Amino acid sequence: MTSESIDIINAFALLTNFVILPALSYGSQLALGALAVTLVYSILRFSNFAQGDSMAFGTMLVILISSYMISRGWTITGVPTALLAIPMALIGMSIYLLTMDRLVYRHYRRIKAKSIVGISASIGVMFVTGGIVRFILGASAQRFGDGERFIFSVREFKAYTGLEQGIALKTSQFLTVTIALLLVSFLFYFLQKTKTGKAMRAYSDNKELALLSGIDPDKVVQITWLLVALFTTIAGTLYGLDKGFAPQQYHLLLLPIFASVIVGGIGSPIGAIAGAFLVAFSEIFLTYAYKKFLIYLLPLSMHPTSLVQLIGTEYKYAISFVILVIVLLIKPTGLFKGKVIVDE
Amino acid sequence: MNNLNTFWQANKAIACFTIMGLILLFVGLNQSWALVLGIINLSLISAIMALGVNIQWGYAGLFNVGIMGFAALGGVSVVLIAQQPVTEAIDAGGMKMLFALILGAATIAAGVLLNRRGVNKWLVSAIVVIGYLFTRYYFSEAADLIEKVDPAITGYLGGFGLPIAFSWVVGGIAAAGAAWWIGKITLGLRTDYLAIATLGISEIILYVIKNEDWFVRGLKNVYGLPRPVPYEVDMQKSEWLQNIVAWIHRSDLELLSQSEQVTQLSELMRSASVVFVKLSYSGLILLILVAFILLSNLALNSPWGRKVRAIRDNEVAASAMGKNIKRQHLQIFVLGSAIVGVAGALLVTYDGIFIPTAYQPLRFTFLIWVMVILGGSGNNLGSVLGAFIIWFIWIQSGPMGLWVVEMLGNYIQEGNTSLEFIEDRVHYLRLVFMGTILLLIMRFSPGGILPEKNKEL
Repeated sequence: MTSESIDIINAFALLTNFVILPALSYGSQLALGALAVTLVYSILRFSNFAQGDSMAFGTMLVILISSYMISRGWTITGVPTALLAIPMALIGMSIYLLTMDRLVYRHYRRIKAKSIVGISASIGVMFVTGGIVRFILGASAQRFGDGERFIFSVREFKAYTGLEQGIALKTSQFLTVTIALLLVSFLFYFLQKTKTGKAMRAYSDNKELALLSGIDPDKVVQITWLLVALFTTIAGTLYGLDKGFAPQQYHLLLLPIFASVIVGGIGSPIGAIAGAFLVAFSEIFLTYAYKKFLIYLLPLSMHPTSLVQLIGTEYKYAISFVILVIVLLIKPTGLFKGKVIVDE
Repeated sequence: MNNLNTFWQANKAIACFTIMGLILLFVGLNQSWALVLGIINLSLISAIMALGVNIQWGYAGLFNVGIMGFAALGGVSVVLIAQQPVTEAIDAGGMKMLFALILGAATIAAGVLLNRRGVNKWLVSAIVVIGYLFTRYYFSEAADLIEKVDPAITGYLGGFGLPIAFSWVVGGIAAAGAAWWIGKITLGLRTDYLAIATLGISEIILYVIKNEDWFVRGLKNVYGLPRPVPYEVDMQKSEWLQNIVAWIHRSDLELLSQSEQVTQLSELMRSASVVFVKLSYSGLILLILVAFILLSNLALNSPWGRKVRAIRDNEVAASAMGKNIKRQHLQIFVLGSAIVGVAGALLVTYDGIFIPTAYQPLRFTFLIWVMVILGGSGNNLGSVLGAFIIWFIWIQSGPMGLWVVEMLGNYIQEGNTSLEFIEDRVHYLRLVFMGTILLLIMRFSPGGILPEKNKEL
């Protein structure tokens, strides 16, 4: 192979390692969070501002349970203990969400309050949840991943291919994408094929008609919260395994998650997933410094001296916001037509 | 009993304010007057903010989750207006920065104009991208030049060196501008969009303030902002204050010898000057608060106010009557945000320093919300009452939490690590506490303490 074509391969290896793989896993994490918001929106009819902090709560449960398991030696080599802790954490999370529903949201559902009331209530829940998490785990960042960090590391990849630039596949990235795929297929199967799933869709499309045909609204709401618990806990845990756990970071995830939901079209599950990947890829593509990449591709005389970064990393949340604004200006219904544009 | 109840309903506002005043009096007599005045001043500033939010939420049902950002804009304008310009920094990179900003503005304008003319979308995008790249290049160069100028003390452009009172107006205008932009995009769409967009813009405003050191020094903070009231040191030398203090404490002073009188008096003067400065702030802020309340009450009882309430209570009917709902909402949103901006500027003026990390969503957005909902949404006096109650609880809950932990400590043996753990984190429980208050009021008393009187037209 000529040195030029090797350069091109190196450049793309670099891009895969630093942009495509991180964006894929970040997108999957956002997608799971966005699906939870979509579920709450479709069934309970409000935008759940507590989503970010709920993810922190679920992750907190996972951290507590997994550290107990580690202290007891209940681990499997190579597998992050956090994964083994998820089933237990799910039970806790379901109980928490169902309690919050019973104490807070059910009342507003019964009196048929406007969706804005649901939002304010969810902001109250957001602060309560955030406070509990910070009280128990503190506000500082921590890592809780154990086991193998890499499926294959940069060194192994380089030795195998002989390239100058390597690609590493982190365990957390691999797990994120696999688990997200499984969960999303499960959700679509559940909504399309099972009786409960169909009931949920009917309820979401037309509440009155669904009630007339004998669908039990309380059961639909309960199942929804259970699904939300599942998606929220797993999304939070995967994000934490990938980037570490910090309550403030989780709180701010609200922005990219809402951007994903709105870009895709509020209330549309496929839209939420598409939106999540759009947001994740734009965020990472725009904040990546292309200096090294361009050095591989351009002739010596054109080598860049600056970092060639389009937007500073500190403004990554601004990207979700700008995407949000552009969508609202151009196509407020989102890419996959969402259900409602104007409040009833 | 029935009589008592009607009496209570009629004079609820007066009764509540009296009780609040008595509590503050109690704290003043037991702790210190400077502390109480501090609480009162911050309550008054919070009350102005709550008033702005009340206009948005109570009178139009607009949900602003970005109060923090609008308040921060007010704070920024204090720095930009009142600080002295840093001439070396302006010489170093001022023109370049101006050029970069004009280039950026021109790029956006060109993009918008060409898009409206229906020019090919790819061409427009290409122009915008190229314009952006050039802007960014000049911008980062200029920022570097400015930040290199004596970074430990300045490293930013400074302000215009104008009297600080201008910054209150400018703070209001800045917040109104941001609100106009956000409102223009999101109003008329679903109500959640406004909430999400305000949340986003407020975080972004804070990111800009924290990261752009050339602008308002970023995380290095701005100290020593000028004051609209005299300094304590000057007040200690003032004769008339000394005369007043001597007169108030004349019975105590008479018992002392000449030399003892002098030391005692200077001691008294020290605390009196602090109290005097805080009192001047109280007067200033109270004046602005009262002006806002009077203006908004006048406005709300005018035909304009009836229209506003009609739209809130039944949008469809009002729209059928030919009222332009989106325009009305935009007006109210801008007005309310402007008031929040003024309050933000007052807050930084009162603090005398600008600290970007002090802007926490809990302290600003959320606390103000609880004030409005607790006081009674739609009622201006209610917002003021809510501001006093919630700020008082907020200030006192910190020491109170620690006190509870210490009491617990008496029952737990020495060296217990869990106690230290709780002591370390107890302040996070304030989040839980405030959230619970909000949820409880929303659930059991949605009207708040002082419900709006003319809820139904």
